[in-house]
Amino acid sequence: MKINNVILKTVTKVVIYIILTLAVYLFLAGHNSPGGGFIGGLVLSTAFVLLFIVYDIETIQKALPFDFKKVAALGAFLAVGTGFGSFVFDVPFLTQAFGYFNLPFFGEVELTTVTIFELGVALVVVGVVVTIILSISEDV
Amino acid sequence: MQSLNSCRVKIVYLFNCEIKSYLLQLDNFAKYFTIRNGGLILVSVNLLIIIPFIAAALILFLQKRVSRIHIGWFVLLIPIILFIFLVRYIPNIANGATYLHTINWIPSYGINFSSYLDGLSLIFGLIITGIGALVIVYSIYYLNENESLKHFYCYLMLFMGAMLGVIFSDNIMVLYVFWELTSISSFLLIAFWFQRKRSREGAQKALLITVSGGFSMLAGFIMIGNITGSFSFREIIAIIPDFYDHTLFIPAMLLILLGAFTKSAQFPFHIWLPSAMEAPTPVSAYLHSATMVNAGLYLVARFTPVFGGEGLWFWLVTVVGLVTMFWGSFTAVRQTDLKALLAYSTISQLGMIMSMFGMGSAALNNGYSADSVVYTQATFAALFHLINHATFKSALFMVVGIIDHGVGTRDIRRLGGLATYMPITFTIAMIGSFSMAGLPPFNGFLSKEMFFTSVLNIREANIFSLEAWGTLLPVLAWVASVFTFIYCMIVVFKTFLGKYQEERLEHPAHEAPVGMLIAPIILAVLVIAIFFFPNVLGDYLIVPAMASIFPAFAAEADLGVTISAWHGFTPELIMTIGVVVVGTLLFISLKYWKRIYALLPESWSFDSLYNAVLETVETSSNKITNFYMTGYLRDYLVYIYLFFIIVVGGTLIYTGALNFDIAGNAPIDAIDWFIAITMVVGSIAIIFAKSRLTAILLNGVIGYGVALFFVLLRAPDLALTQTVVETVTTVLFLVAYYFLPDWQKENSSRKTKSVNLLISVLVGAIFVVVALAVQNEKLFESISGFFENSYELVGAKNIVNAILSDFRGFDTMLEVVVLLIAGIGVFTLIKLKARKGEEELENK
Repeated sequence: MKINNVILKTVTKVVIYIILTLAVYLFLAGHNSPGGGFIGGLVLSTAFVLLFIVYDIETIQKALPFDFKKVAALGAFLAVGTGFGSFVFDVPFLTQAFGYFNLPFFGEVELTTVTIFELGVALVVVGVVVTIILSISEDV
Repeated sequence: MQSLNSCRVKIVYLFNCEIKSYLLQLDNFAKYFTIRNGGLILVSVNLLIIIPFIAAALILFLQKRVSRIHIGWFVLLIPIILFIFLVRYIPNIANGATYLHTINWIPSYGINFSSYLDGLSLIFGLIITGIGALVIVYSIYYLNENESLKHFYCYLMLFMGAMLGVIFSDNIMVLYVFWELTSISSFLLIAFWFQRKRSREGAQKALLITVSGGFSMLAGFIMIGNITGSFSFREIIAIIPDFYDHTLFIPAMLLILLGAFTKSAQFPFHIWLPSAMEAPTPVSAYLHSATMVNAGLYLVARFTPVFGGEGLWFWLVTVVGLVTMFWGSFTAVRQTDLKALLAYSTISQLGMIMSMFGMGSAALNNGYSADSVVYTQATFAALFHLINHATFKSALFMVVGIIDHGVGTRDIRRLGGLATYMPITFTIAMIGSFSMAGLPPFNGFLSKEMFFTSVLNIREANIFSLEAWGTLLPVLAWVASVFTFIYCMIVVFKTFLGKYQEERLEHPAHEAPVGMLIAPIILAVLVIAIFFFPNVLGDYLIVPAMASIFPAFAAEADLGVTISAWHGFTPELIMTIGVVVVGTLLFISLKYWKRIYALLPESWSFDSLYNAVLETVETSSNKITNFYMTGYLRDYLVYIYLFFIIVVGGTLIYTGALNFDIAGNAPIDAIDWFIAITMVVGSIAIIFAKSRLTAILLNGVIGYGVALFFVLLRAPDLALTQTVVETVTTVLFLVAYYFLPDWQKENSSRKTKSVNLLISVLVGAIFVVVALAVQNEKLFESISGFFENSYELVGAKNIVNAILSDFRGFDTMLEVVVLLIAGIGVFTLIKLKARKGEEELENK
């Protein structure tokens, strides 16, 4: 018996964008308000988990052709890499820098190297959570 | 850059030091080769110790090069060279010279490879190299080319080097190193025929006993080093009188004696020696009659100036020696295997020498006085008998080897009447046995007489409460000598005379090849020669050795004793005549009274005690391990939590840190109460949940309750993370739900349940108490004030995030790595699990 859960699929199509937006927001807002790489990554992965639950795995993997193990590895590389990056500027390991820049269109914006670090964290979280869920459910 | 500079300075400094030490060593090296004493080039004794080790390494390469010549001939060169080397020292040593050479090893700990050559070590050195050479000659004919000869000679050279190291070391720590090396190389030699079970057992027994003794000796040495602050024999002897009252003095003495007793096969540690008879006969002749078993005697002699004069030392060494002497001779009579008989006789003779060293130490009781000198005669006799024993016992072992080789058995019951077929062997055996029995005209007679003299002398001493018990010593010595006489007669008469039983022998009896006879003939000649010219030995070897045992006496009096074969009708002579008469009578009536040995059942022997102890230790440790290592995770958790309860709870009660004060706490709102009660109800409900789904959901209730608390306690980041993590883990639980087995009701016993309940309640209570008590003990101001400036410092308004990614970014980085590892772990566990068939392979 195959259930055609149209409502769920339709709602998901809308909701998924809200979740993704929230995830990106949380990720970017982390520096000055609640949020950050970890929570952003987690929310992002819940979006993927929702997709996997509502649609079948093959479909999603076709739509999102990522190897999530590699995503996690890339994240870890970024997080550790920013640490080594500080050696280039002759400062201790993992020293972060920030500054205020006048960007066209955006106006004055605070840019900081923490964002790269946080991106690494987020990618690891997404990669690991999705890898775990996928490997367990594929084993069924 | 500064650090680099200082580093460079350090390197230059170290380099200079290195050069300096090299120069120093070169200087030392030059000293070894200086010409002394009228043109004789005396190379350091250290070299003497090292040569056999170098030889041992080279032997392994030798056999490939030369296949036609028995490699024993090459090995033979080494003990001969060393022997000649040592012989050249005799005149100088006899004139009172001693030689000390030091090579730095670990100077900062006072451990240096220093060799010391004096009279005492010279005697042992001559025995080791001299008998070593003879044994190698013998072994060349004894072992054929099919044996693994390179291993045999390699082990033998290792042993010889180690033994020379033991006797020439001045530093007790270095002595210990060589001491253990003798144990190891003798272990290898005993198990030379490792295909045999009994060889392996004998080797194991010898190693266990001698190494445990050696280990206690090490402890004793460390104590001595602690007391005196030095590891050098000469320094220790010089300063030990100041420390007689030290608390460690007696323990050190006991531990060192234990080492000496185990090595020298003294009662009750003698049991390894008969088992070690599974070794090839040259090994028995060398190690278990002339060298290794003498190491303990050497140690006792060497430590006499340190501990002698102590009542305990006197009594222990003397009584243990005499008891060993008696027990060894008594048991030897019982043996039917010739080698076992000789093993027990060795034990007995070693006991005799040991007891004489004990009696000699009485002289040191009051320091030097003319009256005390008489007791030093016992030590003289001990050294004399040591040399005699080495000669005749090695000869006897070689004789037994010849018989074994010739007729294929060593069992006395199958032997007899060999004298006509093996006249030369018979002659040697007779010389050796009669010497051992203490008959003239052999060297054993002289030392046995001197033994009786010293026993009688010591009886009259009025020290160490000897007046009460002293009479026992001559009696014990005399009875032991009677049994010695009996087993010596057994060796001669039961083996060589009586009925020849060819049908019970494997090969017909015939005289041994000449090469095999060379070594025992030389030894037999020595036995007789020493009888006729004993004073040569006394003046040139024993007197200088006495000087090293009694340094204070040597300066005052002549410690030499004129050995004479005939000294009138003395009580000693009457005792010897008594031994011969009673011994002969007992030997003739042997089959009538031999039944008394049956009175002592086999299971009462020390051998079976040793076996029982070994077995009990193994089974009981197995039992203990099985008792607590149950294999159930539950039990281990119980141990862990019990430990926690005892340590943490105990500390809380012990330190009285139980005070808590809720005055400073924030007020609790109604909503706090509501969430808390919900969580408590949820967690209690988990315990009683009937299905897994209920448990998972209740777990979620607790998780979201925690998230709510984070909201109330104003931790938005935590609340967000907690909510999402709780969601994801609940999803994971549900995904895994499919694979899990049916939810089973815990059906453990009521007792287990109540223990679990008790432990969990206690752990919970302790945690609460600790949390409350900690709240009350704030010792420092919090450092959170620093992080409040995060906007100025790192440009972030979110402090939590600033701490996570900036102030303490290192932790976050590693946590990210942890997460990655967890992900990879899950992936590999699921995707790369063993396929069918591979599982079994893995479990092997």
